[in-house]
Amino acid sequence: MLVEDHPYLLMALLSAAAALFALVPLGLSWLWARRFSPPKPGPDKNAVYECGLKSSGDAWVQFKSEYYLYGIIFLVFDVETVFLLPLAVSFAGLPAGAFVAMIVFVLLLVEGLAWAWQKGVLTWRMTR
Amino acid sequence: MEDDALRNELRRQGILTTTLGELYNWGRQNSVWPLGFGLACCAIEMIAASMARWDIARFGAEVFRPSPRQADLMIVAGTVTKKMAPQVVRLYNQMPEPKYVIAMGACAISGGPFKQGYNVLKGIDRYLPVDVHIPGCPPRPEALLHALITLQGIIRQQALTGAGRPRHLLAEAPSEFPAPEYGEHDLVPPSNPGVWQPPGNQP
Repeated sequence: MLVEDHPYLLMALLSAAAALFALVPLGLSWLWARRFSPPKPGPDKNAVYECGLKSSGDAWVQFKSEYYLYGIIFLVFDVETVFLLPLAVSFAGLPAGAFVAMIVFVLLLVEGLAWAWQKGVLTWRMTR
Repeated sequence: MEDDALRNELRRQGILTTTLGELYNWGRQNSVWPLGFGLACCAIEMIAASMARWDIARFGAEVFRPSPRQADLMIVAGTVTKKMAPQVVRLYNQMPEPKYVIAMGACAISGGPFKQGYNVLKGIDRYLPVDVHIPGCPPRPEALLHALITLQGIIRQQALTGAGRPRHLLAEAPSEFPAPEYGEHDLVPPSNPGVWQPPGNQP
């Protein structure tokens, strides 16, 4: 048998069938558009925004990298909250070692915040 | 006409004949995707028509698109203020062809109870080619379904070839209509003369 000699032949056939399944409708619709319905681009249709308001500017806007620094510093508070809430709930039953470990952890995070603060990241500068 | 009679006769005998244009229109009329777009209280009736009790999905028109780029049908559901009219026209311009407009309710077809108001457009057909008008304040969901069925009838009649073929198949017919601007006292221009003429001026 052909398939037994070439075990990957079936896979190749199925791949070809899958590609045709996807490409034939696309090709048919392309032919249909060529034959029957002409494309009609226009300033409104090609506009960047589609909310009805007049488009202003370009879609390729730049975000300030300072925003990402803010996002990372937010994680300091986020992670602290995640760990401090269970700590506060079970605080009375905790041994002293756990308390010290938690303080060290919080201080490590606060150190990152202090470092960023000292670098001036927390001051939002308007460049434009 | 003779072709239609022959086709009906053959169908009665159990032989199905069809044309490419008929298949095309059959597919189009049963998958009209409206733009999810409401302007006033008529939109509540439009939403009701899409819910289980009236179930616009029976007609293949339940896919309310949030983007005009994916919509076929604009249901102008409600009062079109002069502040909103340029946005409505621009949304229509951003819809791909073929596209249809249903003016739903007294406000959308004529200004309705606000006709004498300084701030209300006296019918969206001043700027857009409306296919079906629905009277009522607001029209019941059944009326919207009736308008949809009427629109499906219009789509079914559209020819694929020949001189009488619809606008979206003609390369020279415009796909966009000029959006009005805010003038000193009114929208400029107050209507699109290519689409609408004052009743006295009609030939």
